[in-house]
Amino acid sequence: MESMAAQAIFYVVAALVLASALYVVLGSNLVHAAFALVAAFFGVAVFYVYLGADFLAGAQVLIYVGGILTLLLFGVMLTNRIYDLKIRTGKVQVLPGALASGLVFALLIWIIGAVDWGAMDTGDPGPSSEPLGRLLVGDYVLAFEIASVLLLIALMGAAMLVRRRSGS
Amino acid sequence: MIPLEHYLYIAAALFALGVFGVLTRRNAVSVLMSIELIFNSANINLVAFSRYVEGAVGGQVFALLVIVVAACEAAVALAIVMSLYRLLKEVNIDRASELRG
Repeated sequence: MESMAAQAIFYVVAALVLASALYVVLGSNLVHAAFALVAAFFGVAVFYVYLGADFLAGAQVLIYVGGILTLLLFGVMLTNRIYDLKIRTGKVQVLPGALASGLVFALLIWIIGAVDWGAMDTGDPGPSSEPLGRLLVGDYVLAFEIASVLLLIALMGAAMLVRRRSGS
Repeated sequence: MIPLEHYLYIAAALFALGVFGVLTRRNAVSVLMSIELIFNSANINLVAFSRYVEGAVGGQVFALLVIVVAACEAAVALAIVMSLYRLLKEVNIDRASELRG
């Protein structure tokens, strides 16, 4: 189904995603870390394209890169004195943290290698938006409605939390 | 066709990096970024399984709901970070110990 070039591009993107994620957790400049996160999110959108999830790839770019990343950048800019020029952040407990996450990683790798996942090529799935839309207003309509109410509550709550209280 | 395991390995690496970031970073916004990495690794797994298992488009619905929850989480968490910044004039999460008994 996929040519050699497509496979090569996949592994290049995978390396890019992991390198960006590494910078997000290790880099000392917060603004640079936010932009590395943009690269990681775009790479994940490329994975979705490879997996035949075209609607999710679009949603990933729109919501993560367009929405969440902008929010995070606002967070970085508003909670640091901008005239510091370099917005830096430190790290603590590097050794225990590396040990714990390394253990989690080793466990996951062991499980992935040990289990027979019964994966099969299900063929070209075609455009995903139609089955996705049918599922959202069919089998998963309750989850869909709860998610919409959750979004409303969360955004109202966020607006209330940052509001400046007059008098106090 | 890229084998399913390769997606799982990439997601596992992203998850481990996110956990490392949550454990070692002390800036609240950095911790949020690491949590977004963890969300993304879970999403890669969900979409990969929905692709490699017959008739499991539901995995993509779950991934969509995870994206919704991530958006809610980012909005509320950044609101809390802003309140914390107004209170302490910094966003070091080790200093946010007002509720300590």
